[in-house]
Amino acid sequence: MSHLEIDLEQLKNDLIQMWNLVANQMEKARLAMINGDKDLASEVRANEKLVDAFELKIDMDCENIIMLQNPVAIDLRFLLSVLKINYNLERIGDYANAIAKSTEHSEKPWPTDIIDEIKIPEMFFIAQNMIQVSLASFEKGDRKLVKGLFGMDDKLDKINNSINPIVCKLIKEKQDDIPMLLDAFSIIRKLERAGDHITNIAEELIFYYDAVVVKHSKLNKKKI
Amino acid sequence: MIQAEAKNINVWYGDFHALKDISMTFEPNTVTALIGPSGCGKSTFLRLFNRMNDLISNFRLEGLITVDGQNIYSKEAKIDEIRKGIGMVFQKPNPFPKSIFENVAYGLRVNGINDRKTIQETVERSLRQAALWDEVKDDLKKSAMSISGGQQQRLCIARALAVQPRLILMDEPASALDPISTAKIEELIFELKKSYTILIVTHNLQQAGRISDYTGFFYLGDMVEHDLTKKIFLNPSNERTQNYITGRFG
Repeated sequence: MSHLEIDLEQLKNDLIQMWNLVANQMEKARLAMINGDKDLASEVRANEKLVDAFELKIDMDCENIIMLQNPVAIDLRFLLSVLKINYNLERIGDYANAIAKSTEHSEKPWPTDIIDEIKIPEMFFIAQNMIQVSLASFEKGDRKLVKGLFGMDDKLDKINNSINPIVCKLIKEKQDDIPMLLDAFSIIRKLERAGDHITNIAEELIFYYDAVVVKHSKLNKKKI
Repeated sequence: MIQAEAKNINVWYGDFHALKDISMTFEPNTVTALIGPSGCGKSTFLRLFNRMNDLISNFRLEGLITVDGQNIYSKEAKIDEIRKGIGMVFQKPNPFPKSIFENVAYGLRVNGINDRKTIQETVERSLRQAALWDEVKDDLKKSAMSISGGQQQRLCIARALAVQPRLILMDEPASALDPISTAKIEELIFELKKSYTILIVTHNLQQAGRISDYTGFFYLGDMVEHDLTKKIFLNPSNERTQNYITGRFG
């Protein structure tokens, strides 16, 4: 193994760790919210510093490899993709942190009927599944896993687009829960945005695998 | 439009098959880098374009080499005339043991140009094109052997430019130079392509990336891949090319 290959392997392992860390943050944010577990929410908030530190380390490692080893072809594509995936993972980490913050500051536990009606568990399920599928693709270099991600994001968008009337109805019906409903509305938006970031990651994976730029393109990404 | 072309080229040195059925075309005002491991045939290929391999006793060629549509290996082609139109720059600077001025003027005099004013104007123009004029304009009578290696190499380029070649061939022109001289040569190549077509053999892959529009990868006498340099260095089509440029070769 060349020096460059060793560095790239290490970088890959670090990014996988970052991915798992963000996946855990999202899972803990979900559990904290569903169970009204403020301690777990605080743990997510404390771990946010770890996510930030990991992002900086991976950025620096990418810069060093590009600067010192002049990578080309698949190695260069890998590094450019890692830089952008790293950024997108950090943003997903921010959303987990923000969701945990809502739980930490909420005056009472989230009523199950409300969060079910506004489909928060379903959105968590899809977004977390997207994180796992994208990670599996990256870990195994499995090109086929990527295209499923675009369909999952469509599902998140669909829920997000259908949610306004439901929240409006609940606000009218449950005047005492308005602050909580506004928080829930914000969480829905964050989960939808998390899906967008995984879609960005999927586009970076396609660039890494195939040197094809699909972002902002009218290509049917599900058929790529 | 095609400035130079190699068509179905096969070369043998005795029994050794050095180049195998190679076809490439070169557009005007482009730089093409020829890369590949030592012994892959890239220098042999480069030297076909000014018939330098003819000097090797057991050299044998099949196929067609044209420059500006002229078959340079035809029976009618005169080797001296061909070389007048094709400049060559070697790895090691090889100025003549003459003054700076005479080095550049030499090719003109050989070509029968004796008008003093024409020679002076051409020497100045060539030295300017080679980005050397400002450094030597007050020392034109100084021996070419007394200037630095980087300056000598640019002088050799000026000497090649003086006869206004159709094609410039460079065989690792910066590999014996320090980074500053190398950067000057690279800038110069970038400027020269506005007026000339350049083929360059280089072992320095970063240099190929910096200066060339097209790259050809040679391996064991085959031309494995010839494409836009941006394509080769981002997404080569052939796995052997990828393995070579990423250092995973062999």
